[in-house]
Amino acid sequence: MSVAGKSKSKLKTTTFTQQEYQNLAKSNEPPRPVARNCLRAFIAGGIICLLGEALMKLFQTYFGFSEKTAGNPTVAVLIFISVVLTCFGVYDKIAQWAGGGTAVPVTGFANSLCSAALEHRSEGLVLGVGGNMFKLAGSVIVYGVTAAFVVGIIHWILGLGG
Amino acid sequence: MDFVWAFIIGGAICVLGQLLIDVGKLTPAHTMSTLVVLGAIADGIWWGGKSLYDRFVEFAGAGATVPITSFGNSLTHGALQELHKDGWIGIITGIFEVTSAGVSAAIIFSFLAALVARPRG
Repeated sequence: MSVAGKSKSKLKTTTFTQQEYQNLAKSNEPPRPVARNCLRAFIAGGIICLLGEALMKLFQTYFGFSEKTAGNPTVAVLIFISVVLTCFGVYDKIAQWAGGGTAVPVTGFANSLCSAALEHRSEGLVLGVGGNMFKLAGSVIVYGVTAAFVVGIIHWILGLGG
Repeated sequence: MDFVWAFIIGGAICVLGQLLIDVGKLTPAHTMSTLVVLGAIADGIWWGGKSLYDRFVEFAGAGATVPITSFGNSLTHGALQELHKDGWIGIITGIFEVTSAGVSAAIIFSFLAALVARPRG
C-alpha cells in the first residue's frame, strides 16, 4: 500500500519495464473493502462511545460529577479497560476487525502507548519502557500541542473574546 | 436519545478516520494526528462564548469526548482558558491543563502494565 503511494512520486525516475511492472502490480492489487471497513469502524467506534456515554451518565448520577467534569473519569476508565485488554492481547484482535473504529477513540491512544511499553519491556524499564512508550502516540501529542499553540497565538493576535 | 447520538457521532468520526486510512492512504499515525489537529482547530472557532467543539460535545456527549479529536480540543481549550486569564504566557502554561486526565492515566496504566504483563499476539 505504501509502495503504491510512493511509486507515484518515483515514476519519473523508473525505466519503462519498471513502470509496466508497477502498473501490472497495481492492477492486481486487491481493492480495499472500503464500505465494509467503514461499516465496521462505525459499529466499533459507536459501541466504544456508547460505553463512554454510559460511564459519563454513571459518574454524573452516582459520583457527583457535573456534565463538564464527568469526561475525565470516563476517559480514565476507558483507558484502563483498553490497557487491560492490550495486556491480554485482546485489543489487537478487536482492532484487526474494527480498523479505525478502535484506533480513533481515546482507547486507541492508550493501546498504542501500552503496546509500545510492553514491546520494549525487554530493553529495560528506563530506556525500553520509558523511552519508547510515546513512539507511536508521540506524534499525536506533538501535533496536538503545536496546533493548540497556533490556535492560541491566533486568538491572542486577533484579541478574540471567549 | 443521548446514547443514540453518542453512538452515531462517535461512529461517524471513526468512519472519517477509516476513510483517511483507506481512501486517503494515510498511516494510522497520520490519521490520528490529522484528527487531533482538526479537534484543536474546532475549539479555536468561537462565537457566543462557546467554541464549535463545545457545541458539538453538548449535542453528542461521549460521541465527541471519547474520540481522539477531543484531545486536540482540550489542548486548545486549556491554552485559550489561560490566555484569557493570564495573557500570552497562558498559551504555554495552559495547554496541558485540561488534558491531564487522559495523558496521565495512559502513562500510569501503561507503565504498570509493562511491569507485570508480557507482550502477546
